[in-house]
Order: sequence, then structure tokens, then C-alpha cells
Amino acid sequence: MSDILKPSRRAFLRGSAAAAAGLTAAGAARASGPDPLITETQDWAIYFGEGVDATPYGLPIQYEADVVRRNVEWLTADTTSSINFTPIHALDGTITPQGCAFERHHSGAIELRKEDYRLMINGLVDTPLVFTYADLERFPRENHVYFCECAANTGMEWAGAQLNGAQFTHGMIHNMEYTGVSLRTLLTEAGLDAAGDLSDKWVYVEGADASSNGRSIPMDKALDDVLVAFKANGEALRKEHGYPVRLVVPGWEGNMWVKWLRRVEVMDGPVESREETSKYTDTLADGTSRKWTWVMDAKSVVTSPSPQSPITHGAGPLVITGLAWSGHGAITRVDVSKDGGKTWETARLAKPGEKMALTRFYLDTEWNGEDMLLQSRAMDETGYVQPTKAQLREVRGENSIYHNNCIQTWHVKPNGEAENVEVS
Amino acid sequence: MSKSLKLFGGTALGTLAVLTMSVNFADRNIASFPDNPAVMTAIAAPVVSSGLISAANASTSAGEGKLGLGRAALPEEIAAWDVDVSPDGTGLPVGSGSVEDGEMLFSENCAVCHGEFAEGVGNWPELAGGEGTLANEDPVKTVGSYWPYLSTAWDYVHRSMPYGQAQTLSTDEVYAIVAYILYSNFLVEDDFVLSNENFLEVEMPNADGFIVDDRAETEYPIWRTEPCMENCKDNVEITMRASVLNVTPEDEAAAEAEKVIEAANAVTETEAPVEEVVAAVEEPATDAPDPELVAAGEKVFGKCKACHQVGEDASNRVGPALNGIVGAEIGAVEGFKYSRVFDEMDGTWTEEELAAFLADPRGYARGTKMSFAGLKSEEDIAAVTAYLASFD
Repeated sequence: MSDILKPSRRAFLRGSAAAAAGLTAAGAARASGPDPLITETQDWAIYFGEGVDATPYGLPIQYEADVVRRNVEWLTADTTSSINFTPIHALDGTITPQGCAFERHHSGAIELRKEDYRLMINGLVDTPLVFTYADLERFPRENHVYFCECAANTGMEWAGAQLNGAQFTHGMIHNMEYTGVSLRTLLTEAGLDAAGDLSDKWVYVEGADASSNGRSIPMDKALDDVLVAFKANGEALRKEHGYPVRLVVPGWEGNMWVKWLRRVEVMDGPVESREETSKYTDTLADGTSRKWTWVMDAKSVVTSPSPQSPITHGAGPLVITGLAWSGHGAITRVDVSKDGGKTWETARLAKPGEKMALTRFYLDTEWNGEDMLLQSRAMDETGYVQPTKAQLREVRGENSIYHNNCIQTWHVKPNGEAENVEVS
Repeated sequence: MSKSLKLFGGTALGTLAVLTMSVNFADRNIASFPDNPAVMTAIAAPVVSSGLISAANASTSAGEGKLGLGRAALPEEIAAWDVDVSPDGTGLPVGSGSVEDGEMLFSENCAVCHGEFAEGVGNWPELAGGEGTLANEDPVKTVGSYWPYLSTAWDYVHRSMPYGQAQTLSTDEVYAIVAYILYSNFLVEDDFVLSNENFLEVEMPNADGFIVDDRAETEYPIWRTEPCMENCKDNVEITMRASVLNVTPEDEAAAEAEKVIEAANAVTETEAPVEEVVAAVEEPATDAPDPELVAAGEKVFGKCKACHQVGEDASNRVGPALNGIVGAEIGAVEGFKYSRVFDEMDGTWTEEELAAFLADPRGYARGTKMSFAGLKSEEDIAAVTAYLASFD
């Protein structure tokens, strides 16, 4: 049984050799003999399975134990100020289950009870207010699906192909359905007359954990679509995502989605906190740096086949699939290339793109069993076309860390294995 | 990190790549000072535009849409939480601290991660140096070379540092540590005293090194075009492969998953009736530690982890490594530089002594460097003691 469970490349190679051996030109494979899984009565067809309540809160079956978040240990000094990666290579659809949605902490994931939760709105407001969790539940609620992408997603790939797996190159992203109260509602409750002209005002948002992560957001965005969220995918936020309350800043870099949100201050200008000066800024070739690069531009990646999700069935029908997203709005089109960008075909979107949410694409194709250089290219509703790494480097140089939304290439080999490569 | 890749060529690559990215994630740095806030506001203005703002202005001035929820925040509550400091010095409390005091405080509170000279240890951020490197292949971004505002450094040290002991420094201590960081960057002399009064006089070298996001002008027009579909390039070569670097943790992860699965199988495949398993658990050997207490203690130990390590590979950090500490001679962990009070103390860390110390560290050992306030609950003390006792 344990062979079935192995997600490793070794197991894959064994599997694909078998698949290749069984491959026939005639299309449907021919059975070499009766399949004992069919002809012999299996234990599960005879005996009971587990009763209800065996697992009061269900977890994935043991056979999916490899579909987990993973950390790249060498990236950081300590796991309390670190990041891990969503196993996007093994997921389908668009909603990320909370339990495998990437985590990024600056001082670890704290445990804050709803009863101990307080949210303060202060600064240039008519009446500084304190809300309890119960208060928040009495405001009108909204539901929205949004992606949350760390600005550093794909950051390790700036100077060349480095990590071998979509999970590691593109896994600093998740996509959930949030329930919460719009920040506009809470600001209105405190009153914005005191702020005067709002067009040059900002809000500073801050978390309750020891890192006290704080970011400045221009008032226009704060009043637009920012959400004070307390549920994700229908249930309470996980502690690693900011239980009981986090900020959702649609389309903008994940660092601004402050977890354990405790304070919103209306201000005359940005605080220029550590996370918006020394970090999350983008140094260009001449040494000057861009700041306030909040929006996550259009991006996509083929999640399968990919290095952690090789082709195990040999030539023939193949589903190429992946994810696309844009912080500027909805994805309108995704193209896929099998030859490293010489020719492209337009993929099928599983459903029409939604604003600032992941879009699933499929290319239902026939693989000839030869080498492929797989790429995907997203377009959003503003007409923006996902650039190549060379195009990005031309504008930005090679010292950037964040906001790498380049086209990714996987080299799929005749044996079905895939590797992260960079092409000319 | 960006650089990481370029270094490839060699075997050390993994480590080098690691170092560069680590700076970005390790996340601990300290900061610097502003250009003109008025300018920033002006820059910010164009960001705005939509009807949302006028709508908000209109609705709030009419007092519409209010539900009367929440309660007014009290001044002392605002004072407790609203401690952010802006580039123009708004929010900065009265106080001062010298480079001289800062050096000592930095050594005690910061050097374990950032190095005695703020040069950074391992993957932890370097806070000094890097001047003139921003346009190089491997820019070194420190408070001196990169941070545009001094307020950022003060604010960050005050609110978020020391790592794992946030918000334990006094106002004057923060001034002193920030003064020392400036000194370590050669931005002030060794007799410098930083205060709220001279704060805005400190010039940060990279104050003018930032521009506001210009992608809308420099990038979007280029990439908002009809994309090529055929004959887009003459030929395609693979110019780089991830396997050359071999820094992906894939196989370890897979092995881990296998272990988890095997463990799960071992449990489910056990034929022992449930009652027997329960019975076995309920009758621990007399001297064996209570696993629940040990587990509770592990949780309590979270409060100690910023300074102490225990377990395999534990080493001395801000505080001594704690393997075998229960029953050990007081003040005798090899290689650790103790406060004088411990050097002079005799005796053994019995459970009783440890309990007395943990309940009131500074009362038990006057003059100890250990800044921890103590554990209030006896259960927590018993738990953490049981946890520590589980390591030889």
C-alpha cells in the first residue's frame, strides 16, 4: 500500500515505466489479464469502514498526506519569521482549503480568543471606537472570493530557475471566499468628517501579534473594497491566517492583509513602516527603489504537469491545467505554449474570470510523448499581458525581489518528468 | 535573492541563494528617515480619484449609515496602542539615549541575531554596512544603506523588537539602540546622543532613493498589447535548469510524508483492542514524566524560546542552552557568559529552586540579565519544569 502513497520522483519513475510498457498505439490499453481489484472481493467491500464521528473535524485521507504546505528551510533564519508554500501542484479548481493555504508570519501564529479580541478605529475620525468581535458580527456582511499573493511569490526565480516545483515557485498564494464587514462601514461608523478632504488621507492598519506588522493604505482603496474578514471558506479563519479577524485587501500584496487586525488609524500620510520601506520595495538596476508597489500584476502558472506533478500516463490525451490571476481585475484569457513561446494556443477557462480571484484554466490536448517547454500567459481585463522574465529584467534589472510575475517554463521530458527551466 | 541565481556556477550556490532571500524573509531589520512628508502627501493624492471618497464624505457628514455599534475608545487605550511614529516625528515620545548605552543594550538584546557590530548573524538581517551597493549585483540593504527614514527604525525597534521580546524596551533604551545602529553605520560619532529633539536632524543616506510605483507609466503601456500567437521566436534554448542548483526540498518533504503515512498505518494496523491501548496509557511507569504536563510545558516554553534553546543541537543564545538544566549546577552551562549574580551563586537547579527563579527571576537573582518578567501560574512553572526535565 505504501507504494501508492509515495509522491516521490522515485515512485513516479517506477509508475511511468510501467505505464510506458503498457502503452499501445491502438489507444485504449489492453488488459494483460483480469484485474484482481475487480475479480477478487476486496476488504472494503466486505467489512465496515469508520463510523460517523470517528473524526469530528475531518482531515484529508491518509493517501493525500503529501498534499501539504512546505517550507524552504534555507530561506529564513527561523520558522517564526518565515513563509511556506501552498501545494498548488496538487490542487484543482480555485478555492484553496485553509489547511494547506500558505502561511507567512513575522512573529509566529498567535492564539487570540474572540473574547479577547478588540479592534480600535482611531486617528482622524469623529469618534475613536473600540469594537469587540461580537460587535463586528452585527454589521452588514459581505462575501467575496479573492486571491492573496505574497509580493515575494516567485521571488527566488528572479535571477534564474531555482526551485523545482510549482509549489515553491508560485505557492505563496491562496484563494478563499471571505466573509466580513467592509472597512468602509467601520470607518463610517467612526465618522470621517474629522478627516476633512479624504483624497489625501491614509489608513494605517496594524496587527496584534508581536511583530506589530503595519501598513499604510490610501483612503481611496480603504473605502473601495477592503474587507475586515472573520470567516474564510465558510468557517473561522485559521490561526495561521489571523484568527479571529484579518484584513483583506483585494488584488494588493499579501503583506497588507494584516492578520490579527487590532487597529485602523486614519492619518494624514503613510507611516512608512518597516514593511513599506526596508521591505516590499523594489530596487531597480540604477539603485533607486520603487515604493508603494501594492498591486499584484497579472500572472499565471501551469500547475500540472509540473515538476511535482509529472505525466505518469505516457503519450495520448493530456490535461494541462493551471491558475491565472490579476490584481487589476478579472482574467479574460490564458494562452499556453508547448514549445517555449514560439506558438501559443488559447486555453479554456473553467468559468469566466472573477475580479482579483484565481481563475482555473485547462488545455485539453494530445501529447506526442516528446519534449515540451510548457508556458502559460495570462491576460486581464485591462489588456495587460503577462510578460516574460526578460521583459521584466529589461525594465527592472535583476535586483528585484518582489513582484516577479514572469511567464514560467517547465521542461517536460519524454519520460513525463518536468523541470523548472529558463529559456531564451 | 535575486542574485542568488547568478552565483550558480558553484556548489555553494544553495547557501548563497539562501542568504540573499533570507534577508527578505527573516524580516528583522531596523530603519531610517524621511524626505518631505508634504511631498509624499502630494504624491499620494493622484492615487485617489473615484467617487468613493466623495460618497464617503457625503454619507459621513450626514451621519448616515451608522449603527451605533462599538464604544468610544478611551484616551488611555488609544495611548497604549497608537504608538506608531511617522517620518516627520509625529508620535515620537520624549526621551534620549546615547551610542555608549546603546552599544551595551545592543549587545545584550540584539547582537545574538544581528551581531555585535550589527553585521548580522547567519540568516538574520544585517543592520549596518552596504553603503553604495544598491546598484550592485548584490545590494546590501541595511538601515544605513537603504532605509529612508529614521522614524522607521525607531518605530520598529520600539514596537517589534527584540525579536520574541517585543515591546519590552523602555523609550530611552530604544533611543540608545537606534543611536548605536546609526553609529554602526558611521552616521554619527561615538559621543552622539539621540533624542526626540535632534531626531529630525539625522540625515539618512538613502532618503532620496525611492520613487513611487511607476509601473503604470513604465510597464503597462508596453504589455497592454495583442500577444503573438505564432512564429513568436525563431528558436528556443534552455538557458538554465533548476536541477543545477539543487536547492529544492522536494525529496525530504516526500520522505516526511511517507513517515507520516507509515506512522498512521502502524496505528491503524495494530490489532490491539482499544481498551488495552487505553490501559497501557493510563498506567505509566512511576518515574516517567506526565506526557500531558510535558506537552503543556512545551507550550509555556514558547515564552522562553526567544532567548533559550533546548533539545537536539541546542546552543547558547541570549540565554544559556537548557539541556539537562534540571538538576544541574547553577550558573554552569558551558560557554555561557552569565550575569555576575549567577557566577557567584552556588547550588543546584532543583525543581524548587527553578520554581522560585521562574516565579520572579529578578527577585531571585538580583542583577540577572534575564529580562523575563516571570511565570505567574504554578501550573505553568510545573509544566515547563517537566518539559525541561525531559531533555538530558
